[in-house]
Amino acid sequence: MEAAPRPLPMPLARRRIPKAVRRKRLLVAVADHAVLIGLAIAFLAPFVFIILTALMTSDQALSSHLWPEPFHFSNFADVFDRAPLFRYGVNTFLYAGLATIGMLISSVPVAYALSKLRWKGRDVVFILVLVTMMLPPQVTIVPLYVMFSKLHLIGSIWPLVIPNWFGDAFSIFLLRQFFLTIPDEYADAARMDGAGEFRVMLHVVVRLAKPALVAVALFSFLFAWNDFFGPLLYTGENQNNWTLSVGLAQFRTLHQVQWNLTMAATLLFMAPVIALFFAAQKAFVEGVTLTGVKG
Amino acid sequence: MSTAVAGGAVGTPAAPTPDRLRARRKAAWRRRRFVLLLMSPWLVGFAIFFGYPLIYSVYLSFTHYDLLSAPRWVGLANYRFLFGADQQVWPAVYNTLWMIVIAVPLQVLFAFSVALMITRARLGVGFFRTVFYLPTMAPAVAATLGFVFLFNPATGPVNTILGAIGIQGPLWFQSPSLSKPSLTLLGIWGVGNTMIIFLAALLDVPKHLYESAELDGAGWWQRMRWVTLPTISPVILFAVVIGVIEGLQYFTEGYVASTVAAGGAGGGAGDATNNLGYPQDSTLFYPLLLYQQGFRYFNMGYASAMAVMLLVVSLAVTVVILRRSDRFVHYAGAMR
Repeated sequence: MEAAPRPLPMPLARRRIPKAVRRKRLLVAVADHAVLIGLAIAFLAPFVFIILTALMTSDQALSSHLWPEPFHFSNFADVFDRAPLFRYGVNTFLYAGLATIGMLISSVPVAYALSKLRWKGRDVVFILVLVTMMLPPQVTIVPLYVMFSKLHLIGSIWPLVIPNWFGDAFSIFLLRQFFLTIPDEYADAARMDGAGEFRVMLHVVVRLAKPALVAVALFSFLFAWNDFFGPLLYTGENQNNWTLSVGLAQFRTLHQVQWNLTMAATLLFMAPVIALFFAAQKAFVEGVTLTGVKG
Repeated sequence: MSTAVAGGAVGTPAAPTPDRLRARRKAAWRRRRFVLLLMSPWLVGFAIFFGYPLIYSVYLSFTHYDLLSAPRWVGLANYRFLFGADQQVWPAVYNTLWMIVIAVPLQVLFAFSVALMITRARLGVGFFRTVFYLPTMAPAVAATLGFVFLFNPATGPVNTILGAIGIQGPLWFQSPSLSKPSLTLLGIWGVGNTMIIFLAALLDVPKHLYESAELDGAGWWQRMRWVTLPTISPVILFAVVIGVIEGLQYFTEGYVASTVAAGGAGGGAGDATNNLGYPQDSTLFYPLLLYQQGFRYFNMGYASAMAVMLLVVSLAVTVVILRRSDRFVHYAGAMR
């Protein structure tokens, strides 16, 4: 750190930083960290208060005390009596799981064709994919609802799952961006070895794109897990098929002012995705970066 | 079978024999069939779940339709009602515009500032990144519920803490003038994705640019103005664009905040629909009104007219974005 205090009159001696500048830099660094720490506390506070409230008794949650006394862990069991959370959880898991599988099976080939194969009309199709990605879902929602109602699928999770089996625009976009970064030489080498086009796709490109596949699958699963508009629209009338987000949104309206139970349910809903985040943090950050920088 | 099938790498362009021509045409045809096979899921999905609903939506917007009886042609009546008589449309448009014009820039600015501070931090970079990203993981419904609780005027921790230091806390989600700012705070809490993107972009700014700027005697602001901002401008544009797109479809937070806050104010459990936009339509966003008209009142013709207007606006935004996409979409690898 304290390198060569020897005075050098040469022009390149700018290494030696004047004391005033050094002090200023130190102050700036301290200020930076202070602001960051303050913001970090503010960002964590909601979680802390949600957890604390989830551990309160009903009476206490109605008071202005912030610290639970005693810790009331049974809230987490009670919420299962108040609402069929387990059932909502299964529904949510089915929706998210089936949607993700379908998305992968249908979107990978499309992204491959849009990035690694040359054909007429490819650019036009890619622009159409971008357009479907950018338009609000509400634009087509009325006819879709009518269509699924004619198929007698309203009240089930199928209207949420089925479209994912026909390619998801965001996933296609993301996968394409990643496939483009894979050099063609690998595929060409496989072709020289006599691999068919299908094998080239599955065994060379897809294998090299594994991190992107993981990220896209995570995004898709999370989108479905967190989705509210779709489940509200299609399963709203049939409580048996509610997902966690719909069930939780109604929870508070059904159980007036019991913030402790509401927060316990909220925590149970958040916990799996937060656990997932910590388990796959690297994939997330890389995936998000892919959307913004390369995409 | 043939080795000249794939890859587009054609051998020597010597005078082709008819045999060769046929083989080549066969190969081209096979390649096209393969593309078609790969694209088929999307083609079918695009037609059924996008193209057809889009066209049918336009047709329905000229009809009266309640799902039970067949659509009845009413000409421009829905549009006349939309632009003239409906008392709720303009508040809804105003609220949606408010989120796009005020909340989105604030969120982008916040994300940028945090990312900038993290790049300059020496200690705990990983910790800060995780903390600021974490709220993004909270499902929208859960995050909104949490915030309505945190800011509830009676027992919420925010007003409790404000009270402890002698400030009378406001009504937050139950106040018509503060409900949207409260939702903005919620948005800022969930700004992690944008922050991560800014962080990556800031770390990508070539170091030597800063060094040469410094040699030229550029101060902090000049380096920011002439090096950082120009280099990451595509990312700023991207963040704003994403914000606008999300602003146009802003639904979940508004729905949950209004229905839950209304319940807490003693509005009674009852039918949540009546509470959409609570308080006083201040959180009635355009997609919420569309949902209410279409799927609560089953005015599906009218909801379609609303959808068509949303389509027109979003298409305009999309066209602007795509025409400038070369500015912010960086195509890695060779692309034409």
